[in-house]
Amino acid sequence: MSDKVDITLDINGAAHAISVEPRKTLVDAIRDDCGQTGTHIGCEHGVCGTCTIILDGEAIRSCLMFAVQADGRKIRTVEGLADGETLHPLQQAFIDHHGLQCGFCTPGFLMLAANALEHNPDIGDGELLDVLASNLCRCTGYQNIIKAVRAARDTMRGAKV
Amino acid sequence: MTHGGNGHDYPTPPPASERRVLGHAVTRIEDRPLVTGRGRYAGDINFPHQLHMRVVRSPKAHGRIISVDASVALKMPGVVAVWTNDDIADLSPIDFRADKNATGIREFRQPALAKTYVRYIGDPVAAVFADDPYVAEDAAEHVALAIEELPVVMSASDPPGEFEPGRSSEAIVLHHSFGDIEAAFKNAHAVVEIDVQTGRHSGVPMETRGAIGVYDAAKDLLELHGAAKIPHRNRETLCRMLKRSPSSLHVHESHVGGGFGIRGELYPEDLLVLVAAMRFKRPVKWIEDRREHLMCANQGREQRHLARIAVDKNGHILGIEDEIFHDQGAYIRTHGVNVPNRTMCMMTGAYKVPAYRAKARVRLTNKTPAATYRAPGRYESTFVRSRLMDAVAAKLGLDPVEVRRRNLITADELPYVIAFNEPGIEELEFDSGDYPALLDKALKAFGWDKLQAVMKRRRAAGELVGAGVAIFMEESGRGPSDNARIKVDPDGDVELITGGASLGQGFETSMAQICAEALGVDYQRVRVIHGQTDLIDHGIGAHAARATVLTGGAVHVTATMVREKAIEFAAELLQTPAADLDIVDGMVMRRGAKDGGPSISLGDIAKRVAPGSKLLRGRDPQLAAHGWYNTDHTVFPYGVHLAVVRVDRDTGKVAVERFMVAYDVGRAVNPLLIEGQLVGGCVQGLGGALSEEFVYDESGEPLSATFADYLMPTLHEVPDVEVLLTEDAPSPRHPLGLKGAGEGGINGAGGVIASAIDDALQMPGAITRLPVTPQRIRELLRRRATA
Repeated sequence: MSDKVDITLDINGAAHAISVEPRKTLVDAIRDDCGQTGTHIGCEHGVCGTCTIILDGEAIRSCLMFAVQADGRKIRTVEGLADGETLHPLQQAFIDHHGLQCGFCTPGFLMLAANALEHNPDIGDGELLDVLASNLCRCTGYQNIIKAVRAARDTMRGAKV
Repeated sequence: MTHGGNGHDYPTPPPASERRVLGHAVTRIEDRPLVTGRGRYAGDINFPHQLHMRVVRSPKAHGRIISVDASVALKMPGVVAVWTNDDIADLSPIDFRADKNATGIREFRQPALAKTYVRYIGDPVAAVFADDPYVAEDAAEHVALAIEELPVVMSASDPPGEFEPGRSSEAIVLHHSFGDIEAAFKNAHAVVEIDVQTGRHSGVPMETRGAIGVYDAAKDLLELHGAAKIPHRNRETLCRMLKRSPSSLHVHESHVGGGFGIRGELYPEDLLVLVAAMRFKRPVKWIEDRREHLMCANQGREQRHLARIAVDKNGHILGIEDEIFHDQGAYIRTHGVNVPNRTMCMMTGAYKVPAYRAKARVRLTNKTPAATYRAPGRYESTFVRSRLMDAVAAKLGLDPVEVRRRNLITADELPYVIAFNEPGIEELEFDSGDYPALLDKALKAFGWDKLQAVMKRRRAAGELVGAGVAIFMEESGRGPSDNARIKVDPDGDVELITGGASLGQGFETSMAQICAEALGVDYQRVRVIHGQTDLIDHGIGAHAARATVLTGGAVHVTATMVREKAIEFAAELLQTPAADLDIVDGMVMRRGAKDGGPSISLGDIAKRVAPGSKLLRGRDPQLAAHGWYNTDHTVFPYGVHLAVVRVDRDTGKVAVERFMVAYDVGRAVNPLLIEGQLVGGCVQGLGGALSEEFVYDESGEPLSATFADYLMPTLHEVPDVEVLLTEDAPSPRHPLGLKGAGEGGINGAGGVIASAIDDALQMPGAITRLPVTPQRIRELLRRRATA
C-alpha cells in the first residue's frame, strides 16, 4: 500500500503539493499532510458531518472521499472563512449566540451553513433546519446553532441591500 | 436570609444588577480560536518522530485467550512492536480514583491489555506500534487471536455467572437506608410496586478519545497529552500505577471535544501510550475511531429497579424500598461503585421520605464497562422516583402534580439532613431552596392549567398528546479544596492558573468573570489556564458540576487577595486611605470618582512591586497571589422539568412538542452559558429517553457501534427548550452563592418523558423502560388496542 501519488490540494487558495497513498481520505490529507487541523474527524462514516468542507462550491464530508479525488479542485475549510482579522458573519454569530460549547463540531456546522447561505441567501427557516439537521452536535442541543445561523443570514442579507 | 447549620453561612450575595461582570451574559473568551479552526484537540497534537498505536480488540464477549500471533504483523514495514499483556506484566490493572481503597471490588479492575480472559467485545488484547497510523491499523488486522469462548452474561437481572473461576460476577451488594422501613410498609394505606429500567447510554462526545505519551529521557519526565476532566487526579492514579513521583509525571489538557463524564477517565490506552513512550523513547500517539468509541468508552445508566413505595391515604410517602440490578459491564473502572451509590443516595430527591431501604446488586456483564455519564445515578433515580409518584397518583386517584407537591420538602425545613444508617456514607444536607415555589413558578410559566384543557380537547379529537412533570435534586461543588494562582502582568493583563478543566462548558469565561469581578478588570484581559499539572500542583478538574463552584470559590478568594494587595500599595502610592479605593477597569481610584482624581493602573502597580523595589519594605514582590478555597459542604441546586409529547399512532414515534427546564442555580456566573448547559443536557437526556441505546445480541455482539445505530438527536428531533433560570436560593455554603449547572438539564429528562407518554397514551405506568423507542410504543399501542 505504499505506492504514493503526487497531488496538489488547493485549500483556501493555497496550493499544497503532497504525496499520498490512494487510500488516504481527504480529511486525513487536509489535516496531516497539509496541516490544516481546523477540519475535524467525528465518525469517519459520513454521519456526523464534523468534517464538512466546501469542495468546488458544494458542502461535502471529507471523510467519505479520497484525497486523490480532490486533486486540483477547490477546497474551502474553516481556516479560510474569516477575511483576515474580520470574522465571517457566521463566525461572529456563533460567538454572539453561544452557538458552540466544545467547538469540535463547529467548523463542520460553519462550512455547512456557509455553503447553504451562499447557494441561497434568502433560505427559509424550515429549509435551514433541514440543512443543519444533517450534522451532529452533542453540547448545545442545537438551539443556539440555529439561532446563530438565522442571525448570520439576516445580517448577510442586510449587508447586501 | 438566614440559615441554620454550623456557622459556615455566607451572607446573601448581591444580584447581577449590582455586579460589573459576574452574573452577566457575556460572550465567551474561548470562542475565537474555535470558530476560526485554531483549536487544538488531541488529534491536532503531534510530536516529531512519534509512533502511532492501534489496539487489537477482542472479537468475543467472553473467552479464554489461547494465543496471540503477531508474527505476520511484525514483518510489515513500519511496524515497531506488538504488545500483549506479557509485555506489561508488571503494570497493575487500572486503579480506582474515586474509591482507591475499596475492598472487595479490586479484583474486577481492568488490565491495560487482557491477561487470561477477554470479557467484552472491544476488550484490548494487543497493541500495535508503527510509524504511520494507517500501517498500525493494517498490522492490527493481521494479529491473529485464538480465543476459547465461554458463556456470556448479558443482563444484570439474569443469575450471576463467573468473572473468573470461583469468582461470582455479582461483584458487591451495596446498601443505603434510613428510618423504620418495616413500620412504614406495615402502616401503609397503600403500597405500589414497579419494575422499571433505564437503558444503556453514554455521553458520546463528538471528539473521540485520544492520548499522546511523551517521555523526555533527558529530564526523566513523562507527559500525557490529550487529557481531560480531571488531569490532577489522573496524575495521582498514574503515579501510583507507574511508581513515579508527581513532579516526574505531568498531564496536559488542550481543547477537549466534549466530556459528559465519560471522557478524561483513565482508560487502558492512556496507560499504554505512557508505558510505550518510556519503553521506545519516542512519543506515542493514539486516536480512537468512532467504532472503538462506541464499543470501549465508558457507558452508563443501565439499571433495573424493583421498587415499592408505601403511602398514607393522602398520598404522603411513608417509605421507599428499592432493589437495583446495576449492569456494570465487563470491569469496574476508575469510579469504583460510585454510580450505584449515587443512585441510592439521591433516590428520595426533594421529597420527605421517613424511611428508605435500598440495595444495589453490582453485577458484571459481558458488555462495555459502565461508569459515570452526566448526572450519574440522578438521571436513573429521578426516572424511578417519577415512576413511583405517578404510580401513587394512579393508585389513589390523585393528580400527579398534587402528589408531588404534597411530599416536597418545604423551605422552612431547610437545611434538611438525610443521614444514612450505613457507616461511611456521607450524609446529604440540602442547603437552601424553595422547592414548592419553583414547582409553582414552572407550572405557571409553562401554562400548565390551560395546557390540560388543550390536551383534553386534542385527545378528544383523536391525538395522543400528554404532559408530565419531574422534580429533582442535583448535587454539586463537593469539596474539599481547590486553589488558584493569579498574577497581574506589567501591561495589566491577568494570568489565572487553575487546576480546573475545560470540556467546552465555558470554564475559561466563567473563571475570568469571577476573577474580573473581584479584581476590577475587564474579563477579556484574564488569561485562564487549566488542566496543566506542571503549572499548579493541585486541581479538581471538571466533574460532578464541581468546576464553577469549587474552582470558582478558589478564584474568588485568590482574586480578592490580589485586589487587597493592589489596594494596599495603591493607597501608599496615591496617598489615599485604602478604604476609599476601588478598582474599575484595571485602574485603582477613589471610590465613586467619575473623572480625574489620582489613579494608578494595576499594570503600573505590578511594575512598582517588582523584585528589588524599595516600595516593598519587606513585603513579597509581584502583584500576585496563591489562594485556597476549602469547604466540607456540597451544594444542592434543584429543578423541575415539564414536557409535552405527541405520539404518532402509526409509527410509534414520540415527538417532544415542548420542554421546559426550570432550575435554581443559586447565583449564576453567566446565564448565557448556564442556559447552554441546561439545553444541551436536556437534549442529551431526550436522546436517552427516546432513541439512544447500546444494544447487544445474545452472544454479546454490540449492535450500536456506528452513528447509524446509536441514534443521537439531530436538529429534527429537538424542541425549542424553554429555560426558566432562577436565582432564588443562593447557597449559604458558598461565598458567591453558586451552585452547579452542568447536570440540571439532563437529570429529569427520562422521568418527565415517561410521565408525558403515559399521559399521552392514557395508560398510567405504561412506560417501564428507557429509551421509549418507536418499537416499544407500537407494542404498547397494540396492548392498548386489545385491552
